[in-house]
Amino acid sequence: MIVPNENGYFGAYGGRFVPETLIAALDELTKAYEQYRYDPDFQEELKEWLANYCGRPTALYRAKRMAQELGIKEIYLKREDLAHTGAHKINNTMGQALLARRMGKKRLIAETGAGQHGVATATAAALFGLECEIYMGEKDIERQAMNVYRMDLLGAKVIPVSSGSRTLKDATNEAIRDWVTNVGHTHYIIGSVVGPHPYPMIVRDLQRVIGIEAKAQILEQSGSLPDYVFACVGGGSNAIGIFHPFLEDDLKMVGVEAAGSGLESGAHSAPLCVGEPGVLHGSLSYLLQTDDGQIKEAHSISAGLDYPGVGPEHSYLRDQGRIEYIGVTDDQALAALRLLCRTEGIIPALESAHALAGVVAQANLLKEKTVLINLSGRGDKDVATLAALKKGEEK
Amino acid sequence: MSRLDETFAQLKIEGRKALITFITAGDPDLDATPDLVETLAESGADIVELGVPFSDPLADGPTIQAASLRALAQGATLKKIIAMVKEIRQRTEIPLVLMTYYNPVYRYGLENLIADAVAAGVDGLIVPDLPLEESEELRRLAAEKLAVIPLAAPTTPDARLTKIVAAGRGFLYYVTVTGITGTRTSLPEELSQSLDRVKKIAGDLPLAAGFGISTPEQARTVGAHADAIIVGSALVEIVAQHGASAAGRQKLSDKVKALRQALDD
Repeated sequence: MIVPNENGYFGAYGGRFVPETLIAALDELTKAYEQYRYDPDFQEELKEWLANYCGRPTALYRAKRMAQELGIKEIYLKREDLAHTGAHKINNTMGQALLARRMGKKRLIAETGAGQHGVATATAAALFGLECEIYMGEKDIERQAMNVYRMDLLGAKVIPVSSGSRTLKDATNEAIRDWVTNVGHTHYIIGSVVGPHPYPMIVRDLQRVIGIEAKAQILEQSGSLPDYVFACVGGGSNAIGIFHPFLEDDLKMVGVEAAGSGLESGAHSAPLCVGEPGVLHGSLSYLLQTDDGQIKEAHSISAGLDYPGVGPEHSYLRDQGRIEYIGVTDDQALAALRLLCRTEGIIPALESAHALAGVVAQANLLKEKTVLINLSGRGDKDVATLAALKKGEEK
Repeated sequence: MSRLDETFAQLKIEGRKALITFITAGDPDLDATPDLVETLAESGADIVELGVPFSDPLADGPTIQAASLRALAQGATLKKIIAMVKEIRQRTEIPLVLMTYYNPVYRYGLENLIADAVAAGVDGLIVPDLPLEESEELRRLAAEKLAVIPLAAPTTPDARLTKIVAAGRGFLYYVTVTGITGTRTSLPEELSQSLDRVKKIAGDLPLAAGFGISTPEQARTVGAHADAIIVGSALVEIVAQHGASAAGRQKLSDKVKALRQALDD
């Protein structure tokens, strides 16, 4: 079955649960995307920007010392941290900015959690001379200060969001409210495979480049496909990006959600592990919610994963049993982050550290296996958080 | 004939426009809501829209967002609001419409919600994040028991509007501005022409205009081109400032009377 269907459904999930005001814009976007996704000129232009500006293909690196320490046969890291701006987010924003430009939109808006998507959007806006405003929760502005300054340098305006949890969820609400108000000349670049149709499809298609490259690279380097693929899942764009080209292959894939203080604690961001289906930000998918249908606040040490929802295609793949979703705690992610720093000289983003922690947690199953991990971003942005934690530990 | 249809039929005979008033259920608390509804009804409202609070009201501006949070903090839930409607029904027969985002409805279960809402005396549902394509099941289950009131916006093309009208019950909620709820000092210049165009397509389905209307002057201007006007944030603001005290209810009553007067002139 090809998903999504024409109404934007991945099985039972997805759809378009938005105010009527936005329907015309979503129709316009769907039409533009249908036109350009098969347009050789557009694809060629995107490919050139990705190659010469973003540094694609990103490296596939065999992490021997980490593998040795964990007793795993082979670990390969897909180095999205080496893409321009330091994460996979640029794959999406370059594609959507090109699309916005062809649609004649003059202004880009986005929500951001960790700030990586905000930086990637601000970057594309600077490159193409578009106006740019980024919504970011106040809590995230505090814990990802460096990215706030990067966006400022790039000429974007960062708008603090003080409502609700003051994180990604509320930043997304504000971005949607802005879009409802300025829909005529503004394109909303959603940062993950969430939101109303056609966003989950567009973002997935733009992130598939990760898996397409990784597949060719691992075949070349190791001579065969991996046995396992791991990726962290917040909204789920880096995970869909690496998983999707492997869906038809005979291998196992694991999505790692942020279990925060533990799945039993209630303080986590793991809707696929312990959530229930519901509607948030325009689509039907697994959610953290109360019995009364109010959205619960998520928790994760990683601002990029601190979100109570998840992309609808993940919900579909979960129910299909095609992908296994597990959770790792803040502490497990921190330990895995330190492990990679120590053994390989790579500082991963806290988000990506969850994927690494998933591998650490399942290491005893992986002894004889070849494991591919999506290292979705670099950790420079998290250094202040890590330093504060270390200071706290030393006291 | 449903209470909603009866109200519009009666007003048509009288040559008057409907005044639809919105407050958030459970703000300042659930005990106060029946009193406030009674105030609205006695002061000249024809229909009352009760907002069901939601944690993430993405079609709402700061005023209704804040009211939602107050109501949630006081423990308002969709279940309790439906129970409270029973109490309101012992006092007034004014048509009552629930305005709720979809997730609480989905979570409640569509069939259960329709059954419970109808039994309590709810006349209609407005679900701002449930466009035509997604509302099919809700409309099918609600059938003639409960009006699923559709929304249209300035960005809605005519062909789509025709389909929305055909599927609609109760009235057509026309969103006057490209934006979110909240009071505005000025409404779009082309609003009168837009309403005339929408009115033609709406045919027999009464046309109600909402979003941004707060003053008697705006009520008069917009009312001249619609069958009803909807006022929300301006009333919610009064409740926010004065609660459900006698003085607050007086202020609310004064505001509704002023709007009524402007519509009837």
